[in-house]
Amino acid sequence: MKLLFSVLLFLLSFQNFASTITVCKECKVSTIKEAIEQAIDGDTILIKKGIYKEHGTTIIDKSITIIGEGNPVIDGEMKGTIFSIQATNFSIEGLHIINVGKSYLEEFAAILIVNSKDFQIKNNLLEHVYYGVLIEKSSNGIISNNTISSNAKEEAHSGNGVHLWHSENMTVSNNHITKMRDGVYFEFVNNSTVSKNTCKNNLRYGLHFMFSNDDAYLDNIFESNGAGVAVMFSKRIKMYRNLFKKNWGAASYGLLLKEINDAELKNNIFEDNTIGIHADGTNRILFTENDFLNNGYAIKVLGACYNNTFSKNNFLSNSFDLAYSGNINENVFDQNYWSSYTGYDLDKNGIGDVPYRPVKLFSYLVNKTPEAIILLRSLFIDIIDFSEKVSPIFTPADLVDSNPQMKKILW
Amino acid sequence: MNVIIILVPLIGTIFGVMYYYNSKEFTELLLAQPIKRSSIFLGQYLGVAISLSLSLVLGLGIPFVTYGLFESAIIWNFFSLLTTGVFLTFIFTALAFNIALSNENKIKGFSYAILLWLFLAVIYDGLFLLSLMYFQNYPLDKFSLIATMFNPIDLSRILILLQLDIAALLGYTGAVFKQFFGTSLGFIMAMAMLGFWVVLPVARMLFVAKRKDF
Repeated sequence: MKLLFSVLLFLLSFQNFASTITVCKECKVSTIKEAIEQAIDGDTILIKKGIYKEHGTTIIDKSITIIGEGNPVIDGEMKGTIFSIQATNFSIEGLHIINVGKSYLEEFAAILIVNSKDFQIKNNLLEHVYYGVLIEKSSNGIISNNTISSNAKEEAHSGNGVHLWHSENMTVSNNHITKMRDGVYFEFVNNSTVSKNTCKNNLRYGLHFMFSNDDAYLDNIFESNGAGVAVMFSKRIKMYRNLFKKNWGAASYGLLLKEINDAELKNNIFEDNTIGIHADGTNRILFTENDFLNNGYAIKVLGACYNNTFSKNNFLSNSFDLAYSGNINENVFDQNYWSSYTGYDLDKNGIGDVPYRPVKLFSYLVNKTPEAIILLRSLFIDIIDFSEKVSPIFTPADLVDSNPQMKKILW
Repeated sequence: MNVIIILVPLIGTIFGVMYYYNSKEFTELLLAQPIKRSSIFLGQYLGVAISLSLSLVLGLGIPFVTYGLFESAIIWNFFSLLTTGVFLTFIFTALAFNIALSNENKIKGFSYAILLWLFLAVIYDGLFLLSLMYFQNYPLDKFSLIATMFNPIDLSRILILLQLDIAALLGYTGAVFKQFFGTSLGFIMAMAMLGFWVVLPVARMLFVAKRKDF
């Protein structure tokens, strides 16, 4: 009985412990800073609708929940970081944060999180920010349903939407990131997931991935970014069901793979990119059931790419299906559908009877002498491409798809 | 686009040569009349060239217009396509008349005309490519720029390519070209070059026609 009573007392005291602090212009607590100073572990700070001109708010070792009611605007007046947090078990929801200033010395962010654990950043609207959400040395965080935008004009003068550094077990999902430098930036981030985000019109990369292992990115849309998506120096990455679209420009690509090992690409769509996939030093990657549509180059393979498998992909109306440097082939192409395949299928088994050679002589020539691209669409080029197709001399002889499909692969 | 680049010059050459040889006797009859030689030949040339360009403009224009060209954004691209097409017709008809005037022998004339077309459409690019490969260690932007300027087919191909969004494929070299042709100076240069290609053969045609003993 005594024990039960004490437990009940404990619970009651705990309930009193977790109070709600309401912030509004007319309330007792009229600034967010004040509210945070008063708050203790487990408190909820409810920010009512209004405009709060605050910056440099710090939360240290307090497990609190900040909820914005009716999207209160927090205006940093271009003076610097708005929230900097070092805590465990906290969340920030429903805020509208604007005007984070620029700096060349510090990384100003709308929300800066350092050495933290178990947090949620959701349903926020971040506008005119330098960095959106900047996370360092943290783990188990969720960043979801945020809209982040800015008006980045030059790479050197702008920051990233969601920037993660040295973190683990993070989830970045359902965010909408536009006009930043990089949409999502990962550096030394392991076991994390990037899913269902939309990164559009960013100055540099939609997604930028460096030294990050065992991550997955799923169902994202990367559209019209300056250079596309870059994945570098990482291992065991899964990329499923992403859309890479309209990354069109002289130095753009849908997806850049550099020094990537053991990754898997499945059910992605590459549409209207100058280069669909630019692979450099990638090994043991499985490309399967992807669509390559109307790209300049569907796949450009540079040196040191070994044991990659391209199977069951659809290559539809690309200017070049494949560009290859050198004439040694260590990769496997099998059972793809190539829209420029002109062979036949006499035994009606759905597989073309004549092997398909995806590398055209012209793409080989362009690799050797980039200026030769000026002859694109010339009749002469069509003629030499045809002759190379009949008797391959320059392109790797074993680079063939022996089982080209007659019909588009459905996945 | 390949229609414009390949077929238009071919049709221009063949029709030009054919028309000249077919109407040769009538031309000689006309020459007996008190008409200026320049107006006879210029008239014949313009007759062929204008009717060919008209057929090109109408033939390409009508289907595109019914397809809803005026509402779409590509109208300028289409316009430049037609302009280059008309230029090519004028250039190759003039070249064909030159060849026909200088060769009494029909077969020889035809072969020269086709050879000329083949040279400009195919062989020139081959030589161009070979020289690019051979001198690949040198900066080649200026060279390729100049080399394209000297071939009307290449020039119009590049002009059309730069209008299309496929231009991004041209990469660095494309950027050099775009920088050049994108400016008004470059565009005027390109048009002037195409103009030269019309004016020079026509001038030679008139010059030769004036002195020729029929």
